[in-house]
Amino acid sequence: MSGKKFNLVGKARRRVDGRAKVTGRTVFADDLVLPRMVFCKLVRSPHPHARVLSVDGSRAMKIPGVLLVLSGRDTPNEYGILPVSQDETGLATEKVRYVGDPVAAVIATSERVAEEAMEMVQVEYEPLTTIAEPEDALATPEPRIHDYGEEGNIHKRVHFRFGDVDESLAASDHVFENSFHFIGNTHAAMEQHASVADIDRNGKITLWSSTQCPHYVHRALQKTLDIPADRIRVIACHNGGGFGGKSDILNHEIVVTVAALKLGRPVKCTLTREEVFYAHRGRHPVKMKLRTGVNSDGILQGMDLQTVVDGGGYGSYGVASLFYTGALSTVTYHLPRYRFRGVRTFTNKPACGPKRGHGTPQPRFGQEVQLDMIAESLNLDPAELRLRNLVQPNSLTANYLKVGTIGLGDCIRKVTESSGWNDKFRKMGDGRGFGLACSSYLCGAGLAIYWNKLPQSGVQLQIDRSGRVTVFCGATEIGQGSDDVLLGIVAEILGIDPMHMTAVTGDTELTPVDLGSYSSRVTLMMGNAAIQAAERARDMIGSAVAKKLDLPEKRLVFAGGRVFDHEDPEKGMDWRDAVWAGEEMHGTLGTVGSYTPPRPAAKFKGGGVGPSPAYSFTACVTEVEVDRETGWVTVPRIWIAHDIGRSLNPVLVRGQVIGGVYMGVGEAVMEEHTFRRLPAKLSGALVHKAPSLLDYKLPTSHDMPEVFVDLIENPDPNAPFGAKEVGQGPLLPVMPAVANAVYDAVGVRIDEVPITPDKVLRALDKKARGGEGRFGPDTFPAVDWPEPMDIPPPWEGGDGRAANDPKRLSAARLEAEAVRNKGVNR
Amino acid sequence: MSERTSLLQIGGAVHNRDKIRMTLTVNGEDSEILADGTATLLEVLREELGLPGTKHGCELGECGACTVLLDGEPALSCLLLARQCEGLDITTIEGISHGNELHPLQDAFADLGGSQCGYCTPGFILSSAALLERKPDPSRAEITEALSGNLCRCTGYNQIFESVEEAARKIREENS
Repeated sequence: MSGKKFNLVGKARRRVDGRAKVTGRTVFADDLVLPRMVFCKLVRSPHPHARVLSVDGSRAMKIPGVLLVLSGRDTPNEYGILPVSQDETGLATEKVRYVGDPVAAVIATSERVAEEAMEMVQVEYEPLTTIAEPEDALATPEPRIHDYGEEGNIHKRVHFRFGDVDESLAASDHVFENSFHFIGNTHAAMEQHASVADIDRNGKITLWSSTQCPHYVHRALQKTLDIPADRIRVIACHNGGGFGGKSDILNHEIVVTVAALKLGRPVKCTLTREEVFYAHRGRHPVKMKLRTGVNSDGILQGMDLQTVVDGGGYGSYGVASLFYTGALSTVTYHLPRYRFRGVRTFTNKPACGPKRGHGTPQPRFGQEVQLDMIAESLNLDPAELRLRNLVQPNSLTANYLKVGTIGLGDCIRKVTESSGWNDKFRKMGDGRGFGLACSSYLCGAGLAIYWNKLPQSGVQLQIDRSGRVTVFCGATEIGQGSDDVLLGIVAEILGIDPMHMTAVTGDTELTPVDLGSYSSRVTLMMGNAAIQAAERARDMIGSAVAKKLDLPEKRLVFAGGRVFDHEDPEKGMDWRDAVWAGEEMHGTLGTVGSYTPPRPAAKFKGGGVGPSPAYSFTACVTEVEVDRETGWVTVPRIWIAHDIGRSLNPVLVRGQVIGGVYMGVGEAVMEEHTFRRLPAKLSGALVHKAPSLLDYKLPTSHDMPEVFVDLIENPDPNAPFGAKEVGQGPLLPVMPAVANAVYDAVGVRIDEVPITPDKVLRALDKKARGGEGRFGPDTFPAVDWPEPMDIPPPWEGGDGRAANDPKRLSAARLEAEAVRNKGVNR
Repeated sequence: MSERTSLLQIGGAVHNRDKIRMTLTVNGEDSEILADGTATLLEVLREELGLPGTKHGCELGECGACTVLLDGEPALSCLLLARQCEGLDITTIEGISHGNELHPLQDAFADLGGSQCGYCTPGFILSSAALLERKPDPSRAEITEALSGNLCRCTGYNQIFESVEEAARKIREENS
């Protein structure tokens, strides 16, 4: 690959939708105005947990301009993003499960009238006991927030054992046992979610929405409306930021479609910022405990991880999120044996779901801070400790993840060099510190959310006589540059200008399915599909041009808007003439491409979470300043090296890296999605501490460090031109790197994210009084763990299946019986 | 000026819904409109004048997405009543380019990654334009300060700072 000259790949250039973004011409869902459009507002529960006894909209209906009041009776069909968690309805049918849970909807001719009429909707509730924290959920089986799940308020528990970890730990020179707490936080995309539903002239329903996953919304509408999918069209408007917050199906999307069907006219719902905090689906709060065995030479012997995950009021992606808290611990450093136990509980708070990094930043925080402790205790440099334990390329992990390319060693070397690590770490003097951490992330989940054998991404190309190439794909532009990656890849292969092409994306009526903009899957999956479609188009046009020019096809080059002979570049034709030649030979030009990921090596139940066609890797060094008087942590500079495989458009790649760092800094020192109890006389309800952008602290221009980005290019054979993900990975190491730098600066461990001044002061105070210089959880919740699923690692004779899988055991028994019977018969 | 056009009865209470006739000067054009007396400038721009380039991220003055220029100074259109803005020169993102030619800030934001999802971008470009009007060669600290009322969740600001610096350089070149 190294000798290949690219047309576009690797060149910094303006993204194809750049002009629309800077002129305010990008159409977001709330920008849509349709004739006869009316407005919807959701009436939300003031109770964290209550039975809904009645909803009476009759008074609201009397207000001039009010057209319709809906309640749970109008939205009876359950939906959910995961097939195993179909636990939501557009409006609450029997129960509300968090303050802010939608219970009724008012549709009126103006948003103001709808807002005023909301007050007139009378809802009778019977309050139920509030389950506030996972500990409450574990201790309080009744009342159940949901009547499904494992038992009581436990949504799901898992227990995987990849080899005998206890034995490894007992044999290790040292065992480190540490507990950490990652407080949840939220996406806070700048765009407030909006949806518009309309019935078209043929009676078909169309939903425009700020969604990252139009395909999943399409599937959910089919179920909730009980209308065949081919009578429903979902269009994902460009999202004003997603970060995972728009990857679930949300109440307002269901409600506007129901309302539009009843009224026969367009209905819009735009959430207020406060409502965006209720829609949430953000980072799960996770309490975790890690026991890690290591020998005196720094070689890791095994790890035993437990996570307790606070799910909030609904399932959402939660079962996957839970599995992800244990899935990727093995991908960075070789762990010969590994055990993971995790539990997700329901609580009466807005549902948690996927936020950038989906379930992996929390355990990554614990793992990387613990490694810092191990390095100090063994008197090893933290970078050296990590380098000694790197996973080998093209290997299987203990939990059967196939790691292909791994540039983590290069990332660590690069970032320590560019930051001047050796001269800075432990040498900065009091109040200033340096910290290092690493991470890895998926390039798309290996398995689809709902089980099928279909491609995960499809691309269609249409080439017309003007030479214009229109590329159709279900992928969704959420700000990351999905459309640019799509057109850039096709343009690279056809040698044309992406600015002269058209992207039609995220429209279930016009575009082939792509599962959506989540799990960092777009570049790899859509990219591979686009390569296939583009190569097919190149071959069709190439065969025609070769015939016209009387040349062997393999001598043709597609570059600079021409198709020409690489031995005699003068001999060739313009792209448009080449398209004409192609159409003469083949008829109307169009091709398709699709991508299905390789089958995972894991065969055990639950092994579907974690496999990916490729993994990205990141190493990060942060500098911090800690004020001993105020406890304030400032992050002036961050050095980050990311194993991108190959950078398709460096402007976008660098943007994702710095954007990830930004969000990581916010999570590290300020962002928290927290709750408080109202005074008993007011209801005692569990309410949001901060449902506004003023109170939910997030970094402004003043809080943002200067970021130095290095890209490690080590092309991955499974990825398009070798390009791996960059949307999520670079966020992951920031929080532990900041925590490790705080320790370097003032000698206290803050084992709870975010690292706010009060925690720093308390740890400093404890240390000054001769105690442990630490703030973090002292206890870990008692969980009744299920029996383990035993999966021997590959190097202990395992085949990716559970040794104690009931199916395998019964198969083995049948086989044994068959052998016995055979003997008898003989 | 004011003429009563509707009266809304809600649960016994009487809410005045005064529609007001007002003239706003937006991007150099005078428009006479009839709007709710309590309508914000943001609402009037987006819903009455068909200028959806001005965005909203909170409608409470917390995020800066709705920034416009009033007589050249950045202002939050979600916190202003439209009627307060009569007689002022209002500039929105739709009015920042010269015909089909982009403003140097727009070019720089598009080329250097100053814009990702594009939702906060109009606000940033207008805040930056006011800064460059005042300060043709701003330091990084001055840019940081001038943009501290605009939130961006995508970029991490670094590329926005670079875009403003690049545009400032371009404008100085053009003017020299």
